[in-house]
Amino acid sequence: MTTPLTPPPRKDPLKRTVSPTQPPGIRSRAAHGLTAAAAEGRFALQTCAECGTVQYPPRDACCNCLSVDLPWRDVSPAGTLLAETTVQTSVRLYFRERTPWRVGSVQLDAGPVVICHVHGDVVPNARVHLRNLLDRSGQGVILALPEERTDHMADDPELRAMSSDPHLRRVLITDGRHPFAPDLAAALKAAGATMVFAGEPETWLPNPNRAALEAAGAEILPLDVTDTKSVERMAGEIGGKADILINTARFLRPGGVLARGGTDVARDEMNVNYLGLMRLAQAFGPAMCGRTADGVNSAVAWVNILSVYARTNTPAYGCFNASQAAALSLAQSMRAEFRASGLRVMNVYTGPTEEDWYQPLPPPKVTGTALARSVISGLQQGLEDVWCGDVAKDFNERFRKDPKVLEIELGQEGGE
Amino acid sequence: MTRQPYDGVVLAAPVTIPYTRYSTETAHWWIARALRAALKTADLSPKSLDGLSVASFTLFPDTPVGLTQHLGLSPRWLDSVPMGGASGVVALRRAARAVQAGDAHIVACVAGDTNHIDSFRRLLSSFSRFAMDAGYPYGYGGPNANFALLTDRYMQEYGATREDFGRICVAQRDNALRNPHAVMKKPLTLEQYLSARPISDPIALFDCVMPVAGSEAYLVMREEDAQRRSLPYARICSTIERHNAHTADPIQLRGGWTVDIDELWEMAGCTPADIDLLQTYDDYPVISAMQIEDLGFCPKGEAPQFIRDHDLTIAGDFPHNTSGGQLSAGQAGAAGGFIGLVEAIRQVTGTAGPTQVAGAKRAAVAGFGMINYDRGLCSAAAIIEGQGA
Repeated sequence: MTTPLTPPPRKDPLKRTVSPTQPPGIRSRAAHGLTAAAAEGRFALQTCAECGTVQYPPRDACCNCLSVDLPWRDVSPAGTLLAETTVQTSVRLYFRERTPWRVGSVQLDAGPVVICHVHGDVVPNARVHLRNLLDRSGQGVILALPEERTDHMADDPELRAMSSDPHLRRVLITDGRHPFAPDLAAALKAAGATMVFAGEPETWLPNPNRAALEAAGAEILPLDVTDTKSVERMAGEIGGKADILINTARFLRPGGVLARGGTDVARDEMNVNYLGLMRLAQAFGPAMCGRTADGVNSAVAWVNILSVYARTNTPAYGCFNASQAAALSLAQSMRAEFRASGLRVMNVYTGPTEEDWYQPLPPPKVTGTALARSVISGLQQGLEDVWCGDVAKDFNERFRKDPKVLEIELGQEGGE
Repeated sequence: MTRQPYDGVVLAAPVTIPYTRYSTETAHWWIARALRAALKTADLSPKSLDGLSVASFTLFPDTPVGLTQHLGLSPRWLDSVPMGGASGVVALRRAARAVQAGDAHIVACVAGDTNHIDSFRRLLSSFSRFAMDAGYPYGYGGPNANFALLTDRYMQEYGATREDFGRICVAQRDNALRNPHAVMKKPLTLEQYLSARPISDPIALFDCVMPVAGSEAYLVMREEDAQRRSLPYARICSTIERHNAHTADPIQLRGGWTVDIDELWEMAGCTPADIDLLQTYDDYPVISAMQIEDLGFCPKGEAPQFIRDHDLTIAGDFPHNTSGGQLSAGQAGAAGGFIGLVEAIRQVTGTAGPTQVAGAKRAAVAGFGMINYDRGLCSAAAIIEGQGA
């Protein structure tokens, strides 16, 4: 039985904040395949293309036939716990601070035996369900969970250490004017977030989301990502208690290069979508990175909501997509820079959303509730990349197959 | 084709340089001291030594090649044995064949490592790629956690209890109390063993070796050379070596010895009943239990009962790890792969002094090493024979 987490007491300002430490983060090149799969929440292992042997740990050649053609394929995550130990002492600070730590040996139905983390609710010799998760060094690790759900399962200390669960955490939604902000706020509250802050730029203008945000229990605060002072002021006020930051600030207008006259609109897009993200990262990043070991409500994740066309452009929204590409590139840099602290950057890629500025596009479109669902489940699973909705998922599959073919296809879609 | 016997080749000049918990000296220093002592025993000058075999984890950035210049040696036969706990027997196998074939006249086999504050943690953090990719990220319990998994499974499978493993440790501590150079000097009771601080369940403090600095050496030469130099010596009856055996076993409950065990006894022309003492590789007691089974002293899974039925001390009916083994004398890195063999040479040549088993003539020595990921990959064993005390 997992002991449910309890809301932490108010922080004692005289007490030293625990410095973040990391689990071992060095891996061989071959092992990065596990991390790549974990970023999307897939359970994949090296599978020999020639003889089909599934192997682990990752190698540079097949341990059955010496083939070097070793793609990572999704395999069954079912297995049986063979043996276990509880580590009571470790020379590695991260684990030393977290012992006792349960580890086990699991025989996978797919073949190999893996040494993995073991959830507290797994009973000896039980059938288990393995998950490939990112740990706080940003690397893929395997955790064995009970086959059936158990009470307060997500509160298990090992699972909690890997996830970015909003339960008992405080979340900042940077732009409460985003049409989906109320859905996000409501979903976060439902997922157990103790506090939801919603930023509001241009507070003198009416905010049609205000009532819905307040109804969802969000606290509305002035925050304008185009104004460095405003961002710094807000970071000074709540930077020390933002455990999860969800950047919804976005400037969206249709049109490619030729559909636009001049660069004024593009400048606004870059100012909000790219520079806004940078301002937020500079103001909130250091405080969040310093609080990743701060107990139950430690800082865990930075979420960017991006258009999936950030990865490959399509001309109908060509200029906006270019600003999204800039934001994506910046997010990759942030991810690498935050990694040393354990603060995770999660990008949620969406297709066109159900809102005014995408009105001319045909369905399917992403709704507010769908986006909120993707964000919450991505946080709960501790993902780095989330593909929200059918368009984004379809895009991802096509991108994986051949990015150049996708570019050609998307270029032609604009002609409709 | 049957293997050639080791006729005419012998082991002599066993040396143990007393271990220390920590040392400010280097592996070079420790190796030099053991080498010097062995050569001195045989009245050999360093310049005249033509064969050298080295096992060490802490020579970095040097290799045994660099060591020849460092120590002023000019061997025509040089070997590096990076096999941890199997290095003693493996070095013997290779050196014996070199001497037998005339590639070297005399081979000095030496193992040594230093132990600085924090050097064990560093050694651990770069041990193998599989450990880096798939071991360390999981609780970073090091070998303790790996052996805890094997111990857990062994207990489930064969009904072994912590008391059974405790008997091995307590008997070895008794033996160590007779060895003036053992790092552990206080008696150990079964109660103390059972109530010790947990390390990685079911492994507790006294299941773990103490990392120390130290070195061990012996010489391999022709029998007539040993006689000419009036050195007590031991003959090599048989040896085996195996790596990465039983890959289909989901968890290690047996070692590679089981693959080659028949050949070991056949070549030696004797049976386990003819053995006067056994030196197992004892990084953890479960591995000693496994060796008692896999070398044929009892059937698989019956080591717990065997341990209950026998007295494993020097004066007992089954003398085992007579110097106290690594569990009580300390683990000096790669020298941990030599400790049993060097003590066995002393035993069968009647030169073991305070740890001498009365009338010991024939010894079995086993090595086990290199936890690359989830199990020890190297296994080796040798039967040696001397004139006795």
